[in-house]
Amino acid sequence: MIRERYVNLCLLLLLVAVPLWAHFSDEPFTITLMTRVVIYALAAVGLNIALGLGGLVSLGHAIFFGLGGYAMGILAFHAQTYTPISEWPFLLNGTKSMPIIWLVAIVVSAAAGLIVGALSLRTTGVYFIMITLAFAQMFFYFSISWSNYGGEDGLSIYLRNDFPGLNTLDPIQFYSICFALLVVALLFTSLLMHSAFGLALNAARQSVERVETVGLDATRLKLVAFVLSGMLTGLAGALFADLNRFVSPSMFSWQLSGEIMVFVIIGGVGRLFGPVVGAIVFVLLEHWLGGISDYWHVYFGMLLLCIVLFSRGGLIGMICGRKEVNV
Amino acid sequence: MSDAILSTDALTKKFGAITACNDVSINLIPGEVHAIIGPNGAGKSTLIAQICGSLKPTSGTVEFLGQDVTGLSARERSRNGLGRTFQISALVLEDTVLQNAMLGVLGTTGNPWKFFRPILKDKQLRQSAEDCLSQVGLSEYLQKRTAELSHGQRRQLEIGMALTLSPKAFIMDEPMAGLGYEGSMQLTEILRELKKQAPILLVEHDMDAVFSLADRVSVLVNGKVITTGTVDEIRNDRAVREAYLGQDA
Ligand SMILES: Nc1ncnc2c1ncn2[C@@H]1O[C@H](COP(=O)(O)OP(=O)(O)O)[C@@H](O)[C@H]1O
Ligand SMILES: [Mg+2]
Repeated sequence: MIRERYVNLCLLLLLVAVPLWAHFSDEPFTITLMTRVVIYALAAVGLNIALGLGGLVSLGHAIFFGLGGYAMGILAFHAQTYTPISEWPFLLNGTKSMPIIWLVAIVVSAAAGLIVGALSLRTTGVYFIMITLAFAQMFFYFSISWSNYGGEDGLSIYLRNDFPGLNTLDPIQFYSICFALLVVALLFTSLLMHSAFGLALNAARQSVERVETVGLDATRLKLVAFVLSGMLTGLAGALFADLNRFVSPSMFSWQLSGEIMVFVIIGGVGRLFGPVVGAIVFVLLEHWLGGISDYWHVYFGMLLLCIVLFSRGGLIGMICGRKEVNV
Repeated sequence: MSDAILSTDALTKKFGAITACNDVSINLIPGEVHAIIGPNGAGKSTLIAQICGSLKPTSGTVEFLGQDVTGLSARERSRNGLGRTFQISALVLEDTVLQNAMLGVLGTTGNPWKFFRPILKDKQLRQSAEDCLSQVGLSEYLQKRTAELSHGQRRQLEIGMALTLSPKAFIMDEPMAGLGYEGSMQLTEILRELKKQAPILLVEHDMDAVFSLADRVSVLVNGKVITTGTVDEIRNDRAVREAYLGQDA
């Protein structure tokens, strides 16, 4: 068995080397593909906090992805049309600045996470899955009917948003931004796993009774995990919208929630780099299998089934064995 | 008794037609081991669950450290210093022994809302956790995954977890369950030491352990306390011999 940290390091190198190679051999399409990998990975890193650490099977993470997307879409739309978002109680203008957009995406996602989480965490198990799914469907249908922002057709943004000192339209530069954010998110997750909060959350996943007996509030721990999780997925949504320069209700769809969960499961639930592996495998297979057959989802489904049946720790688990305990 | 650390007053619990706990008034005074014995299904676990707050009584009250805690949750009672062990171990199996104990210390004295600092580097927390584990004889197994512990070691850890709370009273539900002779002897010695820290309300099947540890014994039959007395009194009590010790009397 190979030590997990070496595998993680190789994955990071891969995420640096491939786009660089693509940049110098003038393959912008590959860079775009890798940008999708990195953004999906970030969304799944977010879900992994709720699912992997907190044991919360959320089938509603598209809520955050979509909110991040619409945060970007709405802010940039008003900036490009020179119309205010609102004039009362105070004048609120749009913006093309990525950092501000990210901040808004994160804050909005946190608020949504708090509300959805607080209500959903009154249930467990299958009911939790269903209620998070139901919330996501609410957001989905709301976005379809919100005609100010394109309704079903979505919103197009003509130019990618700005980041100080960078040309965001250059694929490799936009990739670098996304990659940097992914690294920060991974670092954050790694610290979280080893922190006091991580220990308590990990215990809350395995034995609520135990956590309550030592005097901790398991539900509150899980709620905070859900909020943090949503914040990262929301940030990914803002980046995804910027990559495509387009947002639509499909970012709120249950398929998207499912895909984010699939990334985590393929890679390994609760493994730091599981979401990265999952996103790489998914995007590559979608690309290759999609080129071979229109029914690639069927083949993909079979592959997923094999991974779930034969390896409890996803691909990372297959390569590195069981999760090491922290010493 | 006013100096009791813990007392129940007319505690009653009905499950439909069954009265699992019937008008039980017992107490725990400083320095003692108060054992609760009784046949299977007598209502021992039901009594413990109500004392610890995981089960709401149909009527009656629980008082702990001079405060009526009947309305408090299990979590709040733990925080007040009620150190409970479970009949069926409730441990974090994927974690190491040390991590389990650190969780306990974190729960009472620590702050779980720290997101960045590695908890295993927290020397103070770690020291308290290791101290508790050494008291239950688990010092050699700090880094062992809890799932890999033997049954007896899990029972020891279960008690170690209660210790991390620095409890004012221990509430133990069959801590010897499933242990062999050796294991019971070892745990009996551990409990004898723990008693010096806080009184123990001990539900136990193992009569050797009960008779060697207990200062007082209450006998529970069909949800009712039929008698309370010293070990000698209980040994010689007719009703008890008939109701419970009958098989070996
Ligand atoms: N949740 C419950 N619902 C219905 N009956 C219960 C429940 N828990 C315990 N009982 C009943 O209460 C009685 C006492 O059970 P218990 O307290 O577990 O006994 P002991 O721990 O002394 O073996 C038994 O008859 C049991 O069937
Ligand atoms: Mg019992």
